[in-house]
Amino acid sequence: MKTIALLTWKSINNRRASALLTVFTVAISMLLLLGVERIRTQAKDSFANTISNTDLIVGARSGEVNLLLYSVFRIGNPTNNIDWQSYQQLASEAEVKWSIPISLGDSHRGFRVMGTNTDYFRFYQYGNKQALQFDSGQPFAQLFDTVIGAHVARKLGYTVGSKIITAHGISDKFFPRHDNLPFKVVGILAATGTPVDKTVHLSLAAIEALHSGWNPAGSTNARKKQQQANFQPEQITAFMLGLKSKIKTFSLQRKINNYPREPLTAIMPGIALHQLWSMMSIAEQALLAISAFVVVAGLLGMLSCLLTSLQERRREMAILRAMGARPKHIFALLVAEATLITAAGISIGVCLLYLLLATAAPVISSRFGINIELASISPHELKLIAIVLFGGMSIGLIPAFRAYRQSLADGMTIRI
Amino acid sequence: MNILELDNLTYSWPKQQLSIDIQHFSLLQGQKLFIKGPSGSGKSTLLNLLTGIIVANPGSSIKLLGQQLCELSGADRDKFRADHIGYIFQQFNLIPYLSVIENVLLPCRFSDTRADKVATAPRQQARKLLRKLKLSDSDIATPVSALSIGQQQRVAVARALIGSPELIIADEPSSALDHDNRSAFIELLMQECQSSGATLIFVSHDPSLEPLFDRSVLLQDINRQGIRP
Repeated sequence: MKTIALLTWKSINNRRASALLTVFTVAISMLLLLGVERIRTQAKDSFANTISNTDLIVGARSGEVNLLLYSVFRIGNPTNNIDWQSYQQLASEAEVKWSIPISLGDSHRGFRVMGTNTDYFRFYQYGNKQALQFDSGQPFAQLFDTVIGAHVARKLGYTVGSKIITAHGISDKFFPRHDNLPFKVVGILAATGTPVDKTVHLSLAAIEALHSGWNPAGSTNARKKQQQANFQPEQITAFMLGLKSKIKTFSLQRKINNYPREPLTAIMPGIALHQLWSMMSIAEQALLAISAFVVVAGLLGMLSCLLTSLQERRREMAILRAMGARPKHIFALLVAEATLITAAGISIGVCLLYLLLATAAPVISSRFGINIELASISPHELKLIAIVLFGGMSIGLIPAFRAYRQSLADGMTIRI
Repeated sequence: MNILELDNLTYSWPKQQLSIDIQHFSLLQGQKLFIKGPSGSGKSTLLNLLTGIIVANPGSSIKLLGQQLCELSGADRDKFRADHIGYIFQQFNLIPYLSVIENVLLPCRFSDTRADKVATAPRQQARKLLRKLKLSDSDIATPVSALSIGQQQRVAVARALIGSPELIIADEPSSALDHDNRSAFIELLMQECQSSGATLIFVSHDPSLEPLFDRSVLLQDINRQGIRP
C-alpha cells in the first residue's frame, strides 16, 4: 500500500500542471457547493431568528406574507392602517399579555422609521427568545427622543446625543434640514442581526406630530409648543401580541380576522415565516441543483483527465506488472489517484470557502443583514464532503477498471 | 539441474487457434539461452506464459525453479514473478517519474524476497550494480527521461538483476541500440548474469547475436504452431 501511495504521489507530481488544474476544478466546485449550502442555511437561520415569542401580528386586511414583510422585515408598504380604537380594544382582550403597536411610513436617510411605544423595548424578542438590549443610552421618554438600531448608528456615525431629522416617505433628499429642530438620539440598540438594526425608533406621539402638520422648519418656539401638546395617535400600521397562553392563539386569531369594526388580518409569525421561506425555496433548490451540477462537471473533468493519462500510462502499467504488481495494484493506483485529487480539491475548496467567508461576511452583513458566522464544518456539510469524496473515488473506478483490463490484456507487451 | 521444464505446453488466445504448442523443452540453470523468434512465432505469448501473466491450457506443464506455474493462483504467479524473474523490455523500460535508483529498486517494492537480499543498504547495492553496468554517478543523478536509450537499457538490466532473481528474461533489449552499443550491452548483460548466477533467456529476431550465447533455439523449432518462415 505504501508503494501504491508513493507511486500515486510521484505520478501525479510528474503530471503536476494538469493535476493541479483538475484539483482546482474540484476545489472550485466544492467551494460553490459548500458556499451555497452555507449561505442557504445561515440565511434560513437568520431569517427564522428575526422574530421570536410573538404570538400574533395584526395589520389591515392583506396577505399573510405581505403583513409579515412590512411589519417585521420593513419591506414593502402596508395596505391600510388600523384605527387606534381597534388596537386599544383588541390589546385589552383578556388573553393578551402584552402588545406592541407599530407605525411605519417614514424614513431617515434610507432607514425606515418606526413609531412604537416603550413596550417594544420590553417585549419584542428575536433569535432564541432574546430581548432587545441597549448598547448605550435608554428608551425614549420625550417627544423628540429617538432610539436607533446598531446598523443605523454604525453607518451614519451616530452616538447618543446626535441630532437627526426624519422625513415622510422613503426618500428625504429634498427635505430641508434644520439643525434647531432635530430628534435627539437617546439610545442605541445592540446588534441583533435582524431588521431592528436598520430601524429608527420614535414614539407614536412623535409620528403623530409629524403627520399632523408639524412643520420642522418652524422656530424654537414652535418646537416648544409641540412638545407640550399631547399627541394621541389616531391610527397605527400594525401591532404585535403576546398571549398569556399559547392555546388561545387560534381563537384570538379567528376573533381578530372576524373583527366587526374593520377588516383585519392576524398572522402567526412562525407560520408566515415558513410560508415566505417556502416561496423562496424554488430559487434555493435551483441554486443547490446548479452547484451540485458544478460538482458533477468538476468530477467529470477529472474523469476525462484520468482517461487521457491512461493511454500514456499503459507502458507504466506494463512495467509495474513485470515487476510483480498485481492487477489490483494497478486498480488501486488509479483509484488512489482519483481519491487524492478529489481530497486535495475538497481541502482547497474548504480553505477557499473560509477565506471567502471571512472576506465577504462583513459585506453580506451590511448589505443584506445576514450574519454569516465562521462556524466549523457542520455534520450536514461533512455529509456533502463525504458524498463528493465518494463520488470522486467512484469516478476513479472507471479508469481503474479500464487500466485493470488493459494490464491483463497487454501483459508483458508494451503498447505505446 | 533444469531451471525450466516445459511439457505439453499449449495455449490459445480466446476464440483463436493454438498459438503455442511445445511438446518438451528444458533449460539448465545458469545457461544463457538465445531464442530466435520472428514476429508471429509466438514469442510474446511464450514470454507471457513464462512470467505467469497468462495461464496455459489445461494439461500443460510449466515447471520453473521446481514450481509448477500452472497450479498457482493469479496472485501467487504475480508474487512468483516478482520474486524470481527479472524482466527487460525492448525499450521504454523505465518509469519516467521515478529516479534511476528508484527505478532500479522498484522490484524490491513488490517482492520481499528480493528486498531482503539487498536489505542492508538497498541504495548502495543499486548504485554498485549501476556502476558495474558502466553508469557514472552523474548518470545516476540524471532524470531517466534525459538518459540515452543505451543508458536506459543498462538501468533496466540493473533493475532486472537487483535482489538476484534466478531468471532474467530479456525481450529484444538491444534492438533499439546501434551495432557497437549492442555488443557492449550484451556483453555487460551476460557478465552480470554470470556474476549473480542468473539464468538468461534472451529473445531476439537478430541472428547475428546468436554466437554470443551458450545455447540457441529457433522458436519455430520447438513451437509446432509457430509460423515457419
